[in-house]
Amino acid sequence: MLELKDIQAAYGRVKVLHGVSLSAKSGEIHCLLGRNGAGKTTVMKAIMGLVPLSAGSVELDGECLSDLPAHEVPKRRVGYVPQGRRLFPELSVAENIDVGLMTCDVSADTRGWVLDIFPPLKDRLNQQANTLSGGEQQMLATARALCLRPQVLLLDEPTEGLQPSMIEQIRQVVVRMKSEGVAILLVEQRVDAVLSIADQVTFVENGRDLETVTAEMLRAQPEKLKLHLGV
Amino acid sequence: MSDTKRSHLLHLGVIAVLFALFFVLPAYHVGNLSRIMVLAVYAMGFNLLFGYTGLLSLGHALFFATGMYGLGMAMNSFGIAAEPALLIGLICAVVMAAVVGFLALRTSGVAFMIVTLMFAQAGYLTILYFGAYTRGDEGFVIPQPDRMIAGIDITGETARYFAALILFAVVFLLIAHVVRSPFGRTLVAIRENEERTRMLGYDTDRHKLKAVILSGTISGLAGAAYALLFGYAGATFATVQYSIFPLLWVLLGGAGTTLGPIIGVAFMFYLIDLSSSVTQAYMLIAGVVLVLLTLFAPQGLAGELRRRVMRWLP
Repeated sequence: MLELKDIQAAYGRVKVLHGVSLSAKSGEIHCLLGRNGAGKTTVMKAIMGLVPLSAGSVELDGECLSDLPAHEVPKRRVGYVPQGRRLFPELSVAENIDVGLMTCDVSADTRGWVLDIFPPLKDRLNQQANTLSGGEQQMLATARALCLRPQVLLLDEPTEGLQPSMIEQIRQVVVRMKSEGVAILLVEQRVDAVLSIADQVTFVENGRDLETVTAEMLRAQPEKLKLHLGV
Repeated sequence: MSDTKRSHLLHLGVIAVLFALFFVLPAYHVGNLSRIMVLAVYAMGFNLLFGYTGLLSLGHALFFATGMYGLGMAMNSFGIAAEPALLIGLICAVVMAAVVGFLALRTSGVAFMIVTLMFAQAGYLTILYFGAYTRGDEGFVIPQPDRMIAGIDITGETARYFAALILFAVVFLLIAHVVRSPFGRTLVAIRENEERTRMLGYDTDRHKLKAVILSGTISGLAGAAYALLFGYAGATFATVQYSIFPLLWVLLGGAGTTLGPIIGVAFMFYLIDLSSSVTQAYMLIAGVVLVLLTLFAPQGLAGELRRRVMRWLP
């Protein structure tokens, strides 16, 4: 289980997170909802050690991740698909996947497992990453994160700018990862998408967690969306 | 045929061609080619850091000169034989690269360029300051009788050519292996997106330091070999000009390609050689050609080759 305990973080002297707590359990999709600039992406970066914490802690199954250097966090099987994909543009699809596979000792069948999840990538292995379509780039970014065989997967707006069919493919992958016992922390702007797959939802505003509710409760009480998001 | 196999064949083919050229070319070009191969080793060291890791150093002359003076002073001041002196030159370059890398990598981007440039300037001024030992600007000649490797006199054209070829071949194959290894791929990933590479679990600082050390060591080896094969060490090789040369060679030949350095050095060498035989304003001709190449082949000659024909080129 991934547990955030009252984390606070700043970019230089500008404090962005003023206290966020949540826990993402195995086999559960936990969504972060909030307005632009609420601090959702910073929460993701803080988990990955890319933004240092000024207070609080991030723990994975009792181990404190926030004491580790950033490059050690993925080795604890925490996969991160950042907003905007951030591929290695001049490397081929195969090389992008290889870089993901080399991070830590994963079983030999991982490459095949990843490509089975995203069959379209099989036909594009030698293609340069920056020549892929937006949807394929998102597939590749997600595939590369899955190369870790993650126990926690952080997804920052994975469906941003994608066509509906592609969104559906990404959604199916997220649901599949959930069924395989991965704890998923998802940042998503599309409320309908969140409500259809999430188990827990945490509202974030001004760097604080306001409330954590079940998706079921949110579906029953949509006025909470109006209250926290204004939609 | 797999890309790896093609790559092996290509690299072995280049070495075979260089071997054959000795028997075909007139003596003048054989001499030129010896120099080109040694300078290509320097360019390969630079290319590992710039082309593959994305770190632009403007102070590589420091490593080249460190190897050169490490060998030269060991031989001239302490009377050490060529083989251990070569080793001393190499060790000096490793230590220098480790120190410079450790300090300079605390910066990035433009600051890294400036810091490496300042280190190189400090090295150059140190050579001048200790002129009593280094002979300053004038430099010193390594006597011909001392320039023996394994009992072979390497001052003759033939022995020098093959010594340069062996050095070139070893470094060329080493680089070809390194850039295809997990370490080399990680360097390329750092070049492409360092933060993303760290997010995937790589200690990018450690990888960059290793790259600086390996790059500096190869450049130092080239400097030591240059002094040994051509019998001269001088402060000119520590000037900023010798830090800019490898950048030009690599950009012309193709940054981030294994073939780029040798192509770039040979192209630049003969461009200046041929244009200077035509006019005294040879730098003008060289300049125009360089501008045209930059405009029409921005990825360098080998880079264009890879983009258009040989996509598997490492």
